[in-house]
Amino acid sequence: MPTVSVKRDLLFEALGQKYTDEEFDELCFEFGLELDEITSEKEILSREQGDEKAAGASDVVLYKIDVPANRYDLLCLEGLVRGLQVFKEKLEAPRYKRVSPADGGEPQRLVITEETASVRPHAVAAVLRNISFTQERYESFIELQEKLHQNICRKRTLVAIGTHDLDTISGPFTYTAKPPGDIRFKPLNQSKEYTAAELMSHYKTDSHLRHYLHIIENEPLYPIIYDSNGIVLSMPPIINGDHSKISLNTKNIFIECTATDLTKAKITLDMIVTMFSEYCDEPFTVEEAEVVYPDGRLCVYPELAYRTETLSGDFINKRVGINESAESIAQLLTRMCLRSEVSGEGDLIQVEIPPMRADVIHACDIMEDAAIAHGFNNIVRSTPRTYTVANQLPLNKLTELLRQDLAAAGFTEALTFALCSQEDIADKLRKNIVETRAVHISNPKTAEFQVVRTSLLPGLLKTLAANRKMPLPLKLFEISDVVLKDETKDVGARNNRRLCAVYYNKSPGFEVIHGLLDRVMQLLDVKPGRNQGYHIQAAEDSTFFPGRCAEIFSCGKSIGHLGVLHPDVISRFELTMPCSAIDIDIEPFL
Amino acid sequence: MADTGLLESLLRLLEKVDGGTDSQDVAADLGVDHQVIVGAVKSLQALGEVISTEQKSSKHWELTGEGREIAEQGSHEARVFNAIPDEGLPQNELMKMPSGKVGFSKAMSNKWIRLDKAHEGGPRVFKTVETIEDTVRDKLQLVQKGQSAKLEDKEKNELKKRKLLSEVTVKSYWITKGSSFSTTITKQETELTPEMIASGSWKEKNFKPYNFEAMGVAPDCGHLHPLMKVRTQFRQIFLEMGFTEMPTNNFIESSFWNFDSLFQPQQHPARDQHDTFFISDPALAHEFPQDYMERVKKVHSEGGYGSQGYKYDWKIEEAQKNLLRTHTTAVSARMLYKLAQQKFTPVKYFSIDRVFRNETLDATHLAEFHQIEGVVADYGLTLGNLMGVLHQFFTKLGITKLRFKPAYNPYTEPSMEVFSYHEGLKKWVEVGNSGVFRPEMLLPMGLPEGVSVIAWGLSLERPTMIKYGINNIRELVGHKVNLQMVYDSPIFQKPPKNKTEEASN
Repeated sequence: MPTVSVKRDLLFEALGQKYTDEEFDELCFEFGLELDEITSEKEILSREQGDEKAAGASDVVLYKIDVPANRYDLLCLEGLVRGLQVFKEKLEAPRYKRVSPADGGEPQRLVITEETASVRPHAVAAVLRNISFTQERYESFIELQEKLHQNICRKRTLVAIGTHDLDTISGPFTYTAKPPGDIRFKPLNQSKEYTAAELMSHYKTDSHLRHYLHIIENEPLYPIIYDSNGIVLSMPPIINGDHSKISLNTKNIFIECTATDLTKAKITLDMIVTMFSEYCDEPFTVEEAEVVYPDGRLCVYPELAYRTETLSGDFINKRVGINESAESIAQLLTRMCLRSEVSGEGDLIQVEIPPMRADVIHACDIMEDAAIAHGFNNIVRSTPRTYTVANQLPLNKLTELLRQDLAAAGFTEALTFALCSQEDIADKLRKNIVETRAVHISNPKTAEFQVVRTSLLPGLLKTLAANRKMPLPLKLFEISDVVLKDETKDVGARNNRRLCAVYYNKSPGFEVIHGLLDRVMQLLDVKPGRNQGYHIQAAEDSTFFPGRCAEIFSCGKSIGHLGVLHPDVISRFELTMPCSAIDIDIEPFL
Repeated sequence: MADTGLLESLLRLLEKVDGGTDSQDVAADLGVDHQVIVGAVKSLQALGEVISTEQKSSKHWELTGEGREIAEQGSHEARVFNAIPDEGLPQNELMKMPSGKVGFSKAMSNKWIRLDKAHEGGPRVFKTVETIEDTVRDKLQLVQKGQSAKLEDKEKNELKKRKLLSEVTVKSYWITKGSSFSTTITKQETELTPEMIASGSWKEKNFKPYNFEAMGVAPDCGHLHPLMKVRTQFRQIFLEMGFTEMPTNNFIESSFWNFDSLFQPQQHPARDQHDTFFISDPALAHEFPQDYMERVKKVHSEGGYGSQGYKYDWKIEEAQKNLLRTHTTAVSARMLYKLAQQKFTPVKYFSIDRVFRNETLDATHLAEFHQIEGVVADYGLTLGNLMGVLHQFFTKLGITKLRFKPAYNPYTEPSMEVFSYHEGLKKWVEVGNSGVFRPEMLLPMGLPEGVSVIAWGLSLERPTMIKYGINNIRELVGHKVNLQMVYDSPIFQKPPKNKTEEASN
């Protein structure tokens, strides 16, 4: 969930009202935001770098507000204030308008060449005319781009934003892709020119930019945008050129977004212009720009599309569980920036979805907004009349019953991890990893998460090792799932519910573990015997001490092993005493 | 028990004295060791109020073994002096004496003797004085007679340093008559025996009182794991509410069921390598319900069912990738798809099982945890119904004060975070997540248009950690568990009152 940091006093000034922390927290809660933290730059610095570094920092109060991941329109002060003011009915939602250049001028044009196809094929653009920045607005503008980059742009992989002082460059602009050696320019805030190849190694150590290098690093061609004089605007998704950088004094801004996902690029562009056109001489207007595709297609951006959905008041009432008139529902929706009117036909409501509400993609999203405006906590809680009869999963029912009786038999339940290292299930048990049929994880951060366990035994032995100081004997069990590769399943693997128990003492206690088997079989109502009953038979298994291992058969089918563990197994798990174990599959007893 | 004769002698002695007597005096009077009297006192104490006692402790000086030897035979230096004849003694012969070494050096420093190193036939020792006064022996004899008070502290400490004296603490009892004093002993029985029951002799016997302050003997038993005890209770709650358990015994899941079927777009950050464990072997899932998969693809890439869709290029390669399921909702999706393939009947489902996240680990987050999930599918379910079910569910946990916050989740709309009022922290804390499944998830499955599916989820670990006061999750889950904690953990009825809140009415 993205967190937006805003200055409290600035926020209250824009809201035209002062709140106590509690009142503002309450407002956030109602609207679906969370006042996560109340802090200051000084406090943050002092926490992260110590009091000394924080000495001169600002102690202006900051609100850190958690915003739902799909509400890109609330990622800056401007959007938050607009959303809350409309919600509180102190402001009517503005209408965003795309306009042609004044005085019949030609729109700015961005031409995409076919070389971009292999690396980053899409681009959109727009112009904000006659904007007035202040220090705060400027910072918010930069911060919004960063927030969009982190969220909808998926760390610049899907979309990268470049904003430029239009008065320093001249169109038409060309979006192309070139070999890194052929690109040379002075990047943002640097004092000299670099080739693209040099830049990539220069930014290897940059705490911020190094995270984006991988996006194009191994591409033969790098994306690059030039103006008509060959000035570099940006090398997306890494860095802008220094030449066109915006400042507090910038009046006209050219915005370009390059992308691998066109839909997201359009949304990103709409977000930036809807949020900041407020500061243009003609507020909420955005000057169009043309984008020409390699095939000659010409598109005009930003789309700033308004869409109308028609739904009935009854639909909202029935889904939410309220009983409101169509008029009052329309009013509720209008408070969520979804301008709505009763159409006159029955209880139908026309809902207009503005461009910055890209999260509204279905009537259910509209229904949710009606519920939020109504107040979730004003909805009457009612019990559904759904009549059903409960059933336990037979496998879990068996597990629950056996667990109780194993504890009654004097064994203590362990709860161990399903993920472990290859070594745990193979080398340490004196098994070959190939024979384990283990499922392997492709991206483990540590060796602890290399495979899914194929046996419960390693977990129990590790539990013993961690509790060597406890009085002997230690008697542990676990009934849980292991995972084995299985070609017959759609995913190629299946769980297997197993019962495993260990007895750890100064003497091996085979008879104790054997007695436990007899007890388990008694509980499962299987009598001793060769055919319809259960029996054990000497077997060789590398995990067990030679001559001290038996295979367990029930109704003629092998269900597991019991025996005294091999001394190498004991020492590989950092244990020192003899140990006997039983490991059986309980699924045949369903 | 000390022998009855001694006990009665003690009691008779006590009968004669007024105001009581000291156990040391009793020992002296009866001519037995003090420890024997201490044992007798303890036996009498066990008989009830026959005597009453007060423990005393006193310090006194006592000779050590070596000290007693010196008191009898003289100090080492005196013994050396006395052993030397007028004509002197060869030094090597003197050193052979038991007291030789110590006595020689002490006698030398006292100037009682001299050593003639140049004597023919080897060094020879001669007396230098006619008589000596063996003060060490005199002092020790004083102590032996119980007159240690006549010595100065300095003198006593010096003898203590020479390991001839030691200071001992004697614990004794001041014994007085008890409220039921008698000079005869009636033996008290410790336990009822089968013989007493058979003969009826228990009627005439006195029984020794039990010490109800002592702890009992711990029963020899096994124990269930606390997290599993809480799991049992949650299962019970769902079963009481008529929910059927889902088969969640499939840790390995395809991206298709874990994400795509839930209308979670393929570029969603949860599908990132940093958040989810992907499987290298078996890397891909095969066999999907083909028609359904086509509908899923369409709703993602183009929309439909009244939705705009996400408008991106949906790829089967992405959906095939196997992973460790990140939520049990993957199983709910399979169950709802299965339900949609039959004539619709309302269902209530639940599951409690493991899920896996490739996240940064800390004191409250592990790579695997248990998710509790509840799902209700029926015609015409409302958001108010979801709140009602949640209210019932949490009431069974002893949590009655709930409120709901709008939230975002890719597969539910509306989505609500569930908060409960924490009396201890005096604030609202999040206890779960909930929502109504999106039509883009349900309709491609083939569920009828009017059917709503409400669902909620929470972790099993969090309420368990609160219940058992555990701050580090590793002490609860995994092999580093403290077995003593498992042995000692109470049953889970409800979270303790102060940790949730009082019932509202």
